[in-house]
Amino acid sequence: MELGLSHYLAVSAALFTIGVVGIFVNRKNIIVILMAIELILLSVNLNLVAFSVFSGTIAGQIFAMLVLTVAAAEAAVGLAILVVYFRNRRDISVENVDMMKG
Amino acid sequence: MAFYAFCVIAFVTVISALMVIRARNPVHSVLWLILTFFSSAGLFVLIGAEFLAMLLVVVYVGAVAVLFLFVVMMLDVDFVELKDGTLRYWPFAILVGIVFAAEIVMASVFGVHSLPDAFDAAPGADTNAEAIGQVMYTDYLLLFQLAGVVLLVAMIGAIVLTLRHRPETKRQNIAKQTSRRRGDAYELKDPKPGQGI
Repeated sequence: MELGLSHYLAVSAALFTIGVVGIFVNRKNIIVILMAIELILLSVNLNLVAFSVFSGTIAGQIFAMLVLTVAAAEAAVGLAILVVYFRNRRDISVENVDMMKG
Repeated sequence: MAFYAFCVIAFVTVISALMVIRARNPVHSVLWLILTFFSSAGLFVLIGAEFLAMLLVVVYVGAVAVLFLFVVMMLDVDFVELKDGTLRYWPFAILVGIVFAAEIVMASVFGVHSLPDAFDAAPGADTNAEAIGQVMYTDYLLLFQLAGVVLLVAMIGAIVLTLRHRPETKRQNIAKQTSRRRGDAYELKDPKPGQGI
């Protein structure tokens, strides 16, 4: 069987769904929620690169690189917020994040 | 041949992504996440996007995953206690997942069908990295610089968020040190013989 674009889109859809489920499952652990967001961004990257290669234009790969940048920045800031939160609360449960009543 | 390699790597990717969200120990989650990124880099290599694959390994496995590992190991959390009651949310999460998957499948089945099939990983160049390099500093120069700005803001933000001055630690105050005059350091007394100060 020939390797086609739809195979990549299927893997990407599976990764995206797993990421969304991961956000809903982990009500107590913010770290795993951040990892699920990384999974979602990875599926977006897979989509961009697959479309870019199969349509013969390079722009998608440039955009995948930008998504990579944003994902790295988001992980850094998210983990920094997590560290500060843990310092104040001694706990990383999601259920108590509403203490600020924003 | 490429298709069978794709099947194996895609299987590993999806299974390890599943393990990320259902591992009991967050350290294991990070390790499964590394496997996910590594195998998706393999998927990129299969269709000729080598530069992005190497970038994925360098940025994610080399930086982001190590960052996650550091934070997971630094936070002194009782992770066994964290997992209590996770079972409660599985039915709802699976429902949401089914809805998402169904929407994606419906969109791709009933959507407009014009999948591109002009396979070319390096348009207008010999290698993939060369093709990216030709446009990155010319057509997409502004976006490239903006990505740098995003990283700078994230770096400063992370530092500002986590920097703290503990009042009990003794720190060197250089301005105070250098502005010290001779008169602050000692005082001349002229004690009379037989008397104290």
